[in-house]
Amino acid sequence: MPKIIKNREVVEDQWTTIDSPEQDLATTDDSANIIVELAYWLENKVSLIARKGKVGVLLLGSDEPELFHQELDSIDLIAINFPKFGDGRGYSIARLLCERYGYQQEIRAVGDVLRDQLRFMERCGFNAYALRADRHIEEALASFSAISVDYQSDVVEKKPIYNRRP
Amino acid sequence: MYAYKEYDQQLLNERVEQYRDQTQRFFKGELSEDEFLILRLQNGLYVQRHAPLLRVAVPYGMLNTEQVRKLAHIARTYDKGYAHISTRQNVQFNWPSMENVPDILGELASVQMHAVQTSGNCIRNTTTDQFAGVTANEVTDPRPYCEIIRQWSTLHPEFAYLPRKFKIAVTAATDEDRAAIRFNDVGLRIIKNDADEIGFEVFIGGGLGRTPLAGSLIKPFLAPKDLLSYLEATLRVYNRYGRRDNKYKARIKILVKALTPEVFGKKVDEEWQHLRDGALDLPNTEIEQMKAYFPEPAYETLENNPASLVDAKSESGAFSIWLRQNTNEHKKAGYQIVTLSLSPTSVAPGDVTDNQLDVIADLADKYSFGEIRNTHNQNIVLADVKQEDLYDLWKQLQTHGFATANIHTINDIICCPGGDFCALANAKSLPIADQIQKRFDDYDFVYDIGEISLNISGCMNACSHHHIGNIGILGVDKKGKEFYQVSLGGDAGFSASVGKIIGPSFNENDVADVVETIIQHYIASRIEGETFLMTYQRIGMAPFKEKVYAKNN
Repeated sequence: MPKIIKNREVVEDQWTTIDSPEQDLATTDDSANIIVELAYWLENKVSLIARKGKVGVLLLGSDEPELFHQELDSIDLIAINFPKFGDGRGYSIARLLCERYGYQQEIRAVGDVLRDQLRFMERCGFNAYALRADRHIEEALASFSAISVDYQSDVVEKKPIYNRRP
Repeated sequence: MYAYKEYDQQLLNERVEQYRDQTQRFFKGELSEDEFLILRLQNGLYVQRHAPLLRVAVPYGMLNTEQVRKLAHIARTYDKGYAHISTRQNVQFNWPSMENVPDILGELASVQMHAVQTSGNCIRNTTTDQFAGVTANEVTDPRPYCEIIRQWSTLHPEFAYLPRKFKIAVTAATDEDRAAIRFNDVGLRIIKNDADEIGFEVFIGGGLGRTPLAGSLIKPFLAPKDLLSYLEATLRVYNRYGRRDNKYKARIKILVKALTPEVFGKKVDEEWQHLRDGALDLPNTEIEQMKAYFPEPAYETLENNPASLVDAKSESGAFSIWLRQNTNEHKKAGYQIVTLSLSPTSVAPGDVTDNQLDVIADLADKYSFGEIRNTHNQNIVLADVKQEDLYDLWKQLQTHGFATANIHTINDIICCPGGDFCALANAKSLPIADQIQKRFDDYDFVYDIGEISLNISGCMNACSHHHIGNIGILGVDKKGKEFYQVSLGGDAGFSASVGKIIGPSFNENDVADVVETIIQHYIASRIEGETFLMTYQRIGMAPFKEKVYAKNN
C-alpha cells in the first residue's frame, strides 16, 4: 500500500483513487474507501453514499467550494489536486473549506506536492499529503518544523502575531 | 526604523537554514532545476547571463548604517566590489556564486536583512515615498503601515504561489507621488476624510510590462482597521481567478481589466464581507505600537537658512546649484533632505562600490542620524541633514562622486542593467544612458531643460518603468539587431499616464540625436514655467514626431 503523510506521520494510504469510475467501480470492492472526481460524485452521489466504503472527492483547480459546500456533510475526504507545484489555487480552496465551510475531515494535497510546501499547506487546512512516489517521505517530515514563526492568522494560528504577543 | 523582535530574527535565521537545505538538495540532485527555480526565486536568486543575481530586500527603502556596511562587506567579499540599487528600492548583487548564497543570507540575517520574496510569483517588497516622515507634505508617516504590510505578506501561507508577482506601494504624500502607486498591483494612498479620519484610497491593477495600465480606484476610503482583511480578500480573489495559462496575462491588472474594475471590486467586496471584523482586524493599539518604531530622531531646535548656509550659497555657485537640484525642504526648520546622485556620467545608474557604501554609512552617521534611504529612482537619500552642515557634506559628496547636481534632470536617468547583464533583455540599456548623458554634458543647458524624467528599459519587462518616463526608451530586438523605441508623455505621479510611442524605432547610434531633437523642440515651444511634460500635454505628439522623423530622413 502506498504511504502518505497524515497529521505529520507517515501512514499507509487507506484510500484508492478511481480515475475512471464508469469502468472501474464495478470491479472495486464495495467496502474500499474510494476517491472520485467531484463532478462524478455530484452526478452519482446516491449510489456512492450507499456503498459500504467511504467516498471522497477530488477537486480540480476550477472546482469552487461555493458551488458544493451544501454537500460537505456527505463527503468523507477532499483531495485537492496540484497540477504543478507553482499553482497555488489549492491553498485558497483549502482555507475556504476549513474556515468558511467548517469542513473537518481529511483534506489531502495530491499531484505535484513537494516537501517545501507542506507547512504552508498545513497552515491553509491540509492535514494529509500524497507526495510524489519518487520523494523521500520520511525526510519530508522535517519540513513541517523548518520555520516556526508565523506572522499571519490562518487555520492553525487563529490570530495574527500581534494578537498572540504576550 | 523597525527593530526586529526575537521572533522576527528567529524567522530569518530559520529561513536561512531552510534555504541552505534546499540548495544542498539541489546540488545532490534531489530537487530538479524547475523545482529549485521556484524555491530560489522566492529567496531572491535569479540566474543571469553571466552569474546569478541576488536581490536583497530593503523594506520600504530604509537602511541603517550597520546594514549598509554589511552590504559593502558582501560586495567586497562575495561580489566584484559593487552593488546596484534597484527601482524597487532594493539592493542587487550581480556576481555571487550559487554556493555562497546561503552564507550571504546568513550575513544579511545578522543585520536583520534578507532576500525573502524579492522575486518569484509572490508578494514583493512594499515600497513607499523616500521622503516618508520628513516631508511637510504628507498626511501621516506611511512607514508603520508598510511594516504592517511587510509582516502580513512575509511567508504568507496562502499567497506563496500566485499567478504572477505582486507589488504593493504606499504613499501619504499630498504634493507628489514619489512611489508611483498607480503603477503597482495595489497602490495605497493615505488620505484624510471629511471627518479628519485617516484611511486608504485603494488602487488596484496598475503595472507596466507588456500591458502598461494605471491602477483603478477600487475603494475610495478604507479604514486602517480593515487594511489587512481587504488586502487578504484582494489577494484571494487574484489567487483564485488570475490567469495561470499565460505569464504575460497573469498579473492582476489583466484580471481587473477583463472583469472591469466595477465587477472586480464587487468580487473583492464579497470576499471581504467574510473576512472583515475578524481575526485580521488591525487594532489601533498595534498601529500605535508600530508608529512607536518610527519615532522622530532627536531634532535640534534650529532656524531655517542659518548664516553659514547663506554665506556658502553666495560664495559657491556650484553649491547653490547642487542645493537647488539635489536637496528638498524638510518638515523641521533648519534641516534639509539630501539626495545623493548615483547616476554620474559613465557609471551604470544605481551602481555603488563597496567603498562608496562605506562612505555613505560614515556620512549618514555623521550627518543624518545613521539612517539611509534608497529611492525608486536609484538614488540614495540622507533625510535629516542640518542646513548648517550642508556645505561640509557637499564637499565630501563631491570627493566621492555623489554630488552630480542632476536630480530630476535629463541626466538623472533610470536604467536597468540591460543586455550587458540581464538574461531577459532584448537590448543593451547602459550604453544608451551613457550616450545621452554625454550628449547633455553642458549643465547650463541641462538646468534650462528643467525637471524631466528619462527611463531606459532593455526589454518589455520594463524594469526601468520606461512607460512612465516623460521620455521613455525601450530596447527591442529586430532580427538580431538592437533598436530603440521612444515614447513621450509618461507620468509616474498621481495623474498617472502611460507614454505614447512616437513612431518607428531608432538605431542605437541615433538615440541621443532623437532625444536632443525632442528637447530642442520643447525648448522652442515651451511657455514660461512649463516643464517638458506640461508642454507635451499642451501641444501633443504631432510636432515632436514631425521634427524627429524630418531630421532622420
